[in-house]
Amino acid sequence: MTGSPVAAPPGAQENPSSAPAAAAARGRAGRVLRYIGGRLLTAALSLAGVVVAGFFLFRILPGDPVRAMTEGREVTAEQREELRRQFGLDQPLWQQFLDYALGLFRMDLGTSFQYRRPVAELILDALGPTVLLAGTGTVIAALLGLLLGVRSGWRPGGAADRVNTTVALFFWSVPTFWLGLLLIVLFASGRDPLPGLFPTGGMTTPGVTGAWDVALDTAWHMVLPVTTMVAVIYAQYLMIMRSSLMDEKGADYLTTARAKGLRDTLVRRRHAVPNALLPTVTLIFLNLGQVVSGVILVETVFSWPGLGRLFYSGLSVPDLGLVQGLFVVFAASVIVMNLVADLVYPLLDPRVRP
Amino acid sequence: MHSHHPPTVSALRRAATAATVPLLVVGTAAAPAAADAASPAGSTLTVAVAQQVDSFNPFTAQLAVTTNILSHVYDPLVSNDQETSNPAPALAESWDTSDDGLTWTFHLRDDVAFSDGEPLTSDDVAWTFTTIMENEAAAIANGSYVTAFEEVTAPDDHTVVVELSEPQATMESLTIPIVPRHVWEPIVEAEGDAFAEYTGEDLPSVGSGPFVLTAHDRGQSITLEAAPDHWNGAPGFDNLVFRYYAEKDAAVEALRSGEVSFVYELTAAQADALSEASDIAVNFADGKRFQAFTVNPGARTQDGDEFGDGHPALRDRTLRQAIVMAIDNQEIVDKAHGGRATAAGGYIPSRYTDFHWSPEGDEAVLGFDPDAANAMLDEAGYETGDDGVRVSPDGDRLELRMHVHQDRPDNVSAGKVIVERLADIGVEVENLTVDPGVLSDALYAAEYDLIFTGWTVNPDPDYVFGIHTCDALPTEPGTMQGDAYFCNEEYDGLYADQLREYDRAARAEVIHDLQRILYEEAVVNVLTYPDIREAYRTDHIEEGTLLTQPAEGGNIWGQDGYWAFWAAQPAEAGSGPGGGGPSTGVWIGIGAAALVLVAGGAFLVFRRRATAEDRE
Repeated sequence: MTGSPVAAPPGAQENPSSAPAAAAARGRAGRVLRYIGGRLLTAALSLAGVVVAGFFLFRILPGDPVRAMTEGREVTAEQREELRRQFGLDQPLWQQFLDYALGLFRMDLGTSFQYRRPVAELILDALGPTVLLAGTGTVIAALLGLLLGVRSGWRPGGAADRVNTTVALFFWSVPTFWLGLLLIVLFASGRDPLPGLFPTGGMTTPGVTGAWDVALDTAWHMVLPVTTMVAVIYAQYLMIMRSSLMDEKGADYLTTARAKGLRDTLVRRRHAVPNALLPTVTLIFLNLGQVVSGVILVETVFSWPGLGRLFYSGLSVPDLGLVQGLFVVFAASVIVMNLVADLVYPLLDPRVRP
Repeated sequence: MHSHHPPTVSALRRAATAATVPLLVVGTAAAPAAADAASPAGSTLTVAVAQQVDSFNPFTAQLAVTTNILSHVYDPLVSNDQETSNPAPALAESWDTSDDGLTWTFHLRDDVAFSDGEPLTSDDVAWTFTTIMENEAAAIANGSYVTAFEEVTAPDDHTVVVELSEPQATMESLTIPIVPRHVWEPIVEAEGDAFAEYTGEDLPSVGSGPFVLTAHDRGQSITLEAAPDHWNGAPGFDNLVFRYYAEKDAAVEALRSGEVSFVYELTAAQADALSEASDIAVNFADGKRFQAFTVNPGARTQDGDEFGDGHPALRDRTLRQAIVMAIDNQEIVDKAHGGRATAAGGYIPSRYTDFHWSPEGDEAVLGFDPDAANAMLDEAGYETGDDGVRVSPDGDRLELRMHVHQDRPDNVSAGKVIVERLADIGVEVENLTVDPGVLSDALYAAEYDLIFTGWTVNPDPDYVFGIHTCDALPTEPGTMQGDAYFCNEEYDGLYADQLREYDRAARAEVIHDLQRILYEEAVVNVLTYPDIREAYRTDHIEEGTLLTQPAEGGNIWGQDGYWAFWAAQPAEAGSGPGGGGPSTGVWIGIGAAALVLVAGGAFLVFRRRATAEDRE
């Protein structure tokens, strides 16, 4: 309590001279609470909206899950009816929604039609692989983008900048699917004379056991998907770092730093970059939420057993239980990350403090 | 003041290098480890599958990939012969029927045991069938087989008696997987209403088939081990692994790299490219599937209530027949399937030699003949308007919608051909290439004129004929059992006859007549039987041991039975997947990674020196 910067020390109010200060502190605490409360309320409302939208959105999808699942199967009308009953599709829509919404309060995301398992279980199974792939890819892409962005932004228009931005924008505009397949053909399929260095898909080799071997095997399987992901997304980090560094370049404090006789690299590293990093850090936070939904294509090309591929497999049916559950989880991750960014940003940048 | 500073650039750079370099090194170093560990005990046949399994519960598993895998784990009572595809003994050595055709007695082999050592007896068979008859949740996968079952009994350990409510010629195709009662009865009782959600993940599985399901790495792979004591003989491979590839092109690359031994459902382009690769054999098999388009003949419910918005002129059989006569099936084979298909005759593909029917001689009234089609339409009063499009006698312009699956490239190409050919007889077609869900919605709402369809036909064709009886019409819009709103009294009579006819040759005659009616009514119009395309590595699997079904022009994947993967023998040692140490490629990879490491290290050293200079 006493360590808190906003709380007045005990007995302070008895001292008339500190009364205005205490009032100001109280006012400020109120503002902070209001800010946090407002953000939390917005997040909760967004989440509720997502639940409603997700439920009805996927029910507009064309096609019928039971017909799609039994397509080509020699089933009777009774078998179809039984499936409809099991999936709850024989209930009126409002009843289905009510069951779904009440289930969410019990952390029950429903049951997948095609996998016959609780959606929450399927999501938990697929979460690890996605976090591993998307996390590694994002960290590498961010570091690479920031590094090259600093180079580019410090001497915009220079040869290094032109090469950097051209290459980055080239990969940014390349279709993920195509790039992934190209990497497979070049580095995995072992066509003469190219050696097959990496696996064509999956996360592990069947039959590999032992923690160390599994870790090595997984890393080996990650190389191509991570490379694809990094190649496609690092441009956004590069460009934002480049432009924010360019904004800082003309700033007066840099002239001062130079006037002190500091070398150019020091001016850049100690003065310009730290300030230019602020918007970039925000971008990374905002991106974290979208990373999960952004890896759908990479996971599909490389048969990675993650959330993206789970979503893809659910959409074609449509496996309503699965896709609406994933939709809520994807949306929730974006909302939560936005919330975290909202709450963390004032800590990083005093100018936006409430 | 600067306590919250984010990391500086050199720190960032060092972190980036630190993060990337070890990843690459670890990655390539893992290669030999993986290659060593990837060879479990004995030989392995790896199959690339395109679908994820739904459930290992044989009472509920629906997806083709799962029923295929489970056919290696559980034996049926009756199977289909590898050489001919005709019904053949499996668990039942022989069977006989009573004179009224209502009592079927199956005599079981006495040398069959489940993988846990318990003998398989008639009690297991009777319990499996009875459970499907009595428990709705257990009828999800195979309920259609037992609709006419009255009672199933086991008078002794090796005899099963099935009492029927009416004769069923389909009894010789009883391919329901037989499960051990001592394992499944406690599960059915414990799960109760939740049985449908029991996915059978308690491995190893207990079955009597030539393989035992031992591992499932969800979304990645399924491992089966050979059951060496199977009554039909031990499989040639010790392990059978199904690896999941979401993208067919990636699966093809995995075949090239040797990560998998077999790939199925190839596109024509993939199959042709693989034909030229070394150590790979491509199998083109006669199709089990027919591709067709149906014409909306005026949708109605069983009570006769009309619904939907099909073009009214299509109720006229003459117009429907003219449409069929305007289309050259051989042109579709050539243009849409690159020649890898057979131009269709009747409804049943030509690989089923005795049930297949093809209109010939006097019967071939609807052969490709656009001039005759035009003459027919002129005579029937379809006058050609100023824009070249005909108008029906009732004054409706012949402007038809056609729904085509956008996810099937051969259908899309076939649709384009049809648009051109129908223009030749003054019919304008709006080509709607749509998502399968949109197509399905249009079909069930009867909001279509022409629509694509297709079925994979099983060795017993009863079901695909059943969907065109009047009973398959919807009770209310949207509930249709069939796929064409077809209803014809003569057809229904013949359909009932074929189901009662136990003599195969006589039944085939009736089945030919059914196809003749479908052909003449021109509602269900079969275009082609597309070939099946699949490929395998000859350095993993000894050529010629991957038996096809039937022996002539047969397929490997999707057999009725377990023949191919059971009979397959490993190729000469040393070249199989995961054999020996790391390949040359892996060593080159390690070299490349080492180079990156050295370069990265040099870079770091250089950076440190530069920083040191700054500090001076």
